[in-house]
Amino acid sequence: MEAYLVAMAIITAIYVLLALGLNLQYGLTGLTNFGHVGFFCIGAYTAALMGQIGIPWPISFLAGAALAALAAWPLGLVSLKLRDDYFAIVSLGFSEIVRIVVTSEQWLTKGVQGITGIPKLLGFLGTGLTQSLAVLALLIAVNVLAGLANRRIVRSPFGRMIEAIRDNEEAVKALGKDPAGFKIQVLMLGAALAGVAGGFYAHYIGYIVPEQFIPLITFYVWMAIIIGGVGRISGAFAGTLILMIFLEGSRFLRGVIPFVSEVEMASIRLGIIGLALVLFTLYRPQGLMGDYTKR
Amino acid sequence: MILTIEGLTKVYGALRVVDDVSFTVPSGDIVGVIGPNGAGKSTLFSLVTGFLDAAKGQVNLDRKPIGSLSPVERARSGMVRTFQVPREFSHLTVWQNLMAATPKQSGESLTNLFFRPGRIREEEDMNSQKVDAMLDFLRLSHVAHTPAGRLSGGQKKLVELGRALMTGARLILLDEPFAGVNPVLIEEIAERIRELNAQGIGFLIIEHDLGALTRLVSTLHVMDRGRLIASGVPAEVLANKQVREAYLGGTS
Ligand SMILES: Nc1ncnc2c1ncn2[C@@H]1O[C@H](COP(=O)(O)OP(=O)(O)O)[C@@H](O)[C@H]1O
Ligand SMILES: [Mg+2]
Repeated sequence: MEAYLVAMAIITAIYVLLALGLNLQYGLTGLTNFGHVGFFCIGAYTAALMGQIGIPWPISFLAGAALAALAAWPLGLVSLKLRDDYFAIVSLGFSEIVRIVVTSEQWLTKGVQGITGIPKLLGFLGTGLTQSLAVLALLIAVNVLAGLANRRIVRSPFGRMIEAIRDNEEAVKALGKDPAGFKIQVLMLGAALAGVAGGFYAHYIGYIVPEQFIPLITFYVWMAIIIGGVGRISGAFAGTLILMIFLEGSRFLRGVIPFVSEVEMASIRLGIIGLALVLFTLYRPQGLMGDYTKR
Repeated sequence: MILTIEGLTKVYGALRVVDDVSFTVPSGDIVGVIGPNGAGKSTLFSLVTGFLDAAKGQVNLDRKPIGSLSPVERARSGMVRTFQVPREFSHLTVWQNLMAATPKQSGESLTNLFFRPGRIREEEDMNSQKVDAMLDFLRLSHVAHTPAGRLSGGQKKLVELGRALMTGARLILLDEPFAGVNPVLIEEIAERIRELNAQGIGFLIIEHDLGALTRLVSTLHVMDRGRLIASGVPAEVLANKQVREAYLGGTS
């Protein structure tokens, strides 16, 4: 039971990093990034490949973050030319392209077979509960740091400007401020956070295959920030926690509902989460922590 | 800062929304543009500030053509516009709206944010004093910390005006700045525009409220169906028969 809870906490903490990144992009700047999982994937593969040849994780995580940010750069340039809804589609396409690339570049990624035997983080602690707890502690430290950095950004002139861009981009231009630079920086920053999340994920799970990086992951993160409250740092934390409780809680239904197959159960779980989201947007549209519209 | 408009034209399908409009806003002058609804006044502003591309014609700032400059570049070169329908940053407070408009903030750089927080704090304090003074003048102090989206229409127009003034622009284009603003305040703002003008800031103002405008401007241009139908000192222009027919419908 402890091992299970620790495992859940680790996955939750990884998703919090993803949610913090998306919150910067969508919650604060209004960038409809539907391709978040692409950055997560880049971070995961970078850390996995570098980890396999013995490069220490702090370096491979930074490399993963940097590569994810680098991939976000052209996407940022594209976003400047597109309306929100088109950007949503383009970014979704981007994450699918990332997945296709890691599927087909077998010389590097082993394609659909994926990369196995990715070393555990802090492996000198063995493979027991102690090691898991240490990884969790590390993740929590990273989360706290990311949360504090986010807070500093939100409370700064930079944060004021990205919220202004979200509210009315034309007016920002009329004041002689260029939204372009801000949007690109935010997209890269959120991507870097997702890249770090990918690093933790790869090392924690121990193997990665392209199928783990489907758009559903992006939508989980969207659900998390909608449930928590769009534009709220605390919402990224709270929303992710609630999402995980739903995801895991619905797993236990398996034992309760008879005569359903594994595949059917997966659909039922998704249905339950979808229903929860609908109820949330109906009865608490501002999310748990209240969103930027309710300040 | 001299603004010269030459033969500016904008076409939507068969409709010539702005049709061969030319005039000059001399340095440090206050110039008005009037005309019935749909005459093309707001479109003219968008052409001048680069928010729309002109089909024909040229815009010059200090005699240099600026047709190739983006809206951001045009604003940075000292010509700032407001919008007829207020475009407040609705989830930011009134105070934040004006703070955001302050030019050259080092806190807008992420590196400064993490490596020079002290300098940013100093700048914020300084800018905050200017913003407070501006809010005081615009009678917005009591709503300084209200999200701008919750203000009345008139108050939103004042936020737009305040933001434009905070940019330090040398030429300000105001699109119906007095719409929805209470009459007492209109007079006070007009007075403040005169004061700012005395410091060398030029204004080009679109307005429906002829009373306040005619007392403010040295030159009045009248647009009707895209064309400039009259220009001159207010008294003369308003006496013009063509203007009375087009704009005032022959009454009054
Ligand atoms: N995007 C557009 N497509 C077609 N017609 C437009 C468009 N934008 C404005 N117009 C038309 O251009 C004319 C001028 O509008 P506008 O410049 O807002 O006038 P004003 O500010 O003088 O009231 C109006 O008849 C309006 O319907
Ligand atoms: Mg208009």
